[in-house]
Amino acid sequence: MLIRRPDDIPSSEITPERDYLDRRRFLGLAAGAATLAAVGAPASLAACTRADGAQGDEPNSWEDITSYNNFYEFGTGKSDPAENAPKTLKPRPWTVQIDGLCARPGRYAFDDLVRQNRVEHRTYRFRCVEAWSMVIPWDGIPLRDVIARARPQPSARFVEFTTLMDPEQMPGQRRQVLEWPYVEGLRMDEAMHPLALLATGIYGKPLPAQNGAPLRLVVPWKYGFKSIKSIVRIRFTAQQPRTAWNVAAPNEYGFFANVNPQVDHPRWSQARERRIGDGWFRRRDTLPFNGYADQVASLYRGMDLRRFF
Amino acid sequence: MAERKTIESVLQKLLKPAVWTGGLLPLALIIVAGATGTLEADPVKDITYRTGKAVLVLLLCTLAVTPVRRLTGWNGVIAARRPLGLFAYFYACLHFLIYLGYQGFSPAEIVEDVVKHPYVTAGFTALVLLTPLAVTSTKGWIRRLGKRWAKLHRLIYVAAILGVIHFLWSVKKDVREPLIYAAVLAILLALRVPGWIEARKKKDARRTPVAVRSDARAA
Repeated sequence: MLIRRPDDIPSSEITPERDYLDRRRFLGLAAGAATLAAVGAPASLAACTRADGAQGDEPNSWEDITSYNNFYEFGTGKSDPAENAPKTLKPRPWTVQIDGLCARPGRYAFDDLVRQNRVEHRTYRFRCVEAWSMVIPWDGIPLRDVIARARPQPSARFVEFTTLMDPEQMPGQRRQVLEWPYVEGLRMDEAMHPLALLATGIYGKPLPAQNGAPLRLVVPWKYGFKSIKSIVRIRFTAQQPRTAWNVAAPNEYGFFANVNPQVDHPRWSQARERRIGDGWFRRRDTLPFNGYADQVASLYRGMDLRRFF
Repeated sequence: MAERKTIESVLQKLLKPAVWTGGLLPLALIIVAGATGTLEADPVKDITYRTGKAVLVLLLCTLAVTPVRRLTGWNGVIAARRPLGLFAYFYACLHFLIYLGYQGFSPAEIVEDVVKHPYVTAGFTALVLLTPLAVTSTKGWIRRLGKRWAKLHRLIYVAAILGVIHFLWSVKKDVREPLIYAAVLAILLALRVPGWIEARKKKDARRTPVAVRSDARAA
């Protein structure tokens, strides 16, 4: 069983805060939650469900979630990762290095990293920059808990994430489609946001290779390419990390990449999205911050979101 | 010589069924994939991609007919050109219809998309250019237009180039596949250059007597 309570920190030290946050998130979406609470949905699911409730956010099927992926390390077609990743990616043993500007750097075996933290269920909308979306029931550990344990220094303003670099395991890295290894990053306050998750599973099963086994980031209010897969390194930096898609096409993919229906991609509109599994020609309105504005909009107060897209 | 004739007549018999099989294959594959549930999780995107690729492949096949005829001397192959071109147009229409659905059949959004996004503009222009070619592909139109028919149908070069650009610009990062199409198109166009030069020379030759005379006088 993957779901564990932290065993090296007394629960008294950590639980009240989480309960507090859960409560706040729950209240923040009370309207949507009320509907779901009525049918007995757990609070963690309700917290991630759209407030208007009208369009419905049923989780996508395991089949859809694990067959339609962007993971260029295994090919640039949508079905390439499902076909190739399970053949070559070895998610165990797996080591994650946590370093940079922090008081407690370290190298962690994946299992130890998970064991130190409580695995939670979080059902999030997932919006790809290509204007399709899914709803995914993740399992994972809150990123903020992992960060807090490393004790970042005050000078650490960003968190940089790096994917495994190994063309043997990731044959797509033999071709320079992107600058390898894939790098992503968050501002420290974004990374500390309670919605940011280090996912370890989907539907209670370990993360499949094509979804970024064994450990990936999930930042539900940002376009999917921010949610970097198969992470081997988490580094605290003073400088904004050079993130893969931003380096590849800075006019098309910003560092922030917050879901924003008002700011179009240069080649297509971001106003609407196709939810995988919907009727063929149905489109849904894309919501600011992918529907998580109540929780995260304050992070960007005073910022020109057209400029910092 | 007799042997060559036999081969040609066999090929000639196979030509039509081959063109029809090839032309209907992409549609058949889409239908089979749809029926067996093996389209990608975003079926509309998958069909858009498949029909778009069918257009490009069939356009390139159409453009291959003349070079094949020139290089092999098999004149009968010309019979493949019209059906191939019409199949290309058929998939272009399917591609466009799916796209319209994709845009929620909203005229305002479609116009905005076509005007605002260069790769859509390129693809849409290619479709527009192919339309008169499909319409005038009948014997009646060929007769009615006479010499102008051949001139009009040179638009296929522009449409094919725009089609490949449309594909190239639509891709997020991995341009390998569109570049393969671009390379094949470049080869097919390059193979025409000797023919064009020859035709130009013939045309000039018809004019030269005058030029020669004036040159002689100047000398």
